[in-house]
Amino acid sequence: MIRVAWLVAVKDLRIEARSRVLLWQVLPFGVIALLLAGLALGPAQAGTSSAGPGLFYLVTLFVTLLMINRSQSLENAPGTRASVATLGLDPAGVFLGKALALTVELWVSGLVLLGGSVLLLHTALTGTLEALPSILVTLATLASAGTLYGALTQGGDGPATLLPVLTLPAFAPLLIAGERSFSAALHGGALWEWWVVVVVALVAYCAVGILLYGVLEES
Amino acid sequence: MMKVTQRLLGPVTLLLLALTFWMGLWVTPPDKVQGNLVRLLYVHPPIAWVALYVSFGTATIASCLYLWRRTRSDAMDRIAHCAMEISVVFIVLTLVTGSIWGRPTWGVWWAWDARLTSTAILGVFALAYLALRRANDDPTVRARRSAVFAILTAINVPIIHFSVVWWKTLHQGASVLTSTGQLNVHGSMLWTMLIGFVGFTLLFFWLLRERYRLEVSRDARVRTRVDEALATRRSEGA
Repeated sequence: MIRVAWLVAVKDLRIEARSRVLLWQVLPFGVIALLLAGLALGPAQAGTSSAGPGLFYLVTLFVTLLMINRSQSLENAPGTRASVATLGLDPAGVFLGKALALTVELWVSGLVLLGGSVLLLHTALTGTLEALPSILVTLATLASAGTLYGALTQGGDGPATLLPVLTLPAFAPLLIAGERSFSAALHGGALWEWWVVVVVALVAYCAVGILLYGVLEES
Repeated sequence: MMKVTQRLLGPVTLLLLALTFWMGLWVTPPDKVQGNLVRLLYVHPPIAWVALYVSFGTATIASCLYLWRRTRSDAMDRIAHCAMEISVVFIVLTLVTGSIWGRPTWGVWWAWDARLTSTAILGVFALAYLALRRANDDPTVRARRSAVFAILTAINVPIIHFSVVWWKTLHQGASVLTSTGQLNVHGSMLWTMLIGFVGFTLLFFWLLRERYRLEVSRDARVRTRVDEALATRRSEGA
């Protein structure tokens, strides 16, 4: 399972590195969205507002949706899914591999957006660094959940529009937990309580993905 | 025996619901603190019980049984689908009755309370389930994906249940049966509430049975139409 996961993750990351969709399309979109969020707050508010963590996670949500669609569309070329199916790969490994690749991509975009947040929204650098571990775990949880929900939408009518409908209710608690722990790192408060929520969700989504991804692959 | 039970389900449900409304509106006294507003609580908790536990429980169990190879059948998929549709109605009713009670009690129609918000999220999940079903034409793909999604959705139910304990926001905690198993409601108030719980639970199963029948006849009609279309094509070819 681990070997398959590693192979799939490396394959997805190689495709990403060659196509550079993350670099030239998703990241510029994320930075523009962050800039627009700052403009929406206004010059006086943007630098002093405590909305930084919320805006960071809102933009991260948009980026995550784009990246999930991108991750699932890698196998959309005619015959690719059928070819992959004939290889007889362990579905649990495929799930973990795709989730791992998506995690790495979200970490890259997360780091860029955090830099943008410090620069544009004047989020405190020390607090941001303190929140970094919790942000990385939240992004990994979003990636594992997103891989599962992304597989649910593939092949049907309008996967790009169906994905937000399916994922937003599931992402809501994760985003709230991520935002609260980020805010706690910046302004003080209970950091660990929200950490626990995110870690439990990560374990739950990984467990469900390992158990049920095969059912989705079969279909 | 089964047929008699099925035939009695409708009338018994209507009788219990009528009894709940009669006792709730005329027999029970006004509450010492809440006055006549307490009468809404004879329907709100039973509706929420059906929305969160009975309908979602039925949909989740049916989905699990569909995914398990030994018990996989179209019937399980249909039951999950019908239960989820009914849950949407009951979740909306839960939020509406809660909102009507909340306006005079809390001063607002809606509060960003942990239980209210998590229940609304569950409603969106149920709508997303129905959207997912409509997105897939292949019955097998649709059934499998819907079953996986229903199981993922069910994770939200314990969050809603324990939200009043974990976050301690506006919505009160367990008030009928305490964590130590003690009953906090007495006399006619308790009986009205209990009859309400049974009545609304039976209403769910009655609606489920009728919706299931409708789904079976719809599937049969689709199959007949496909067969007719194929026969017409064949006759054109010959």
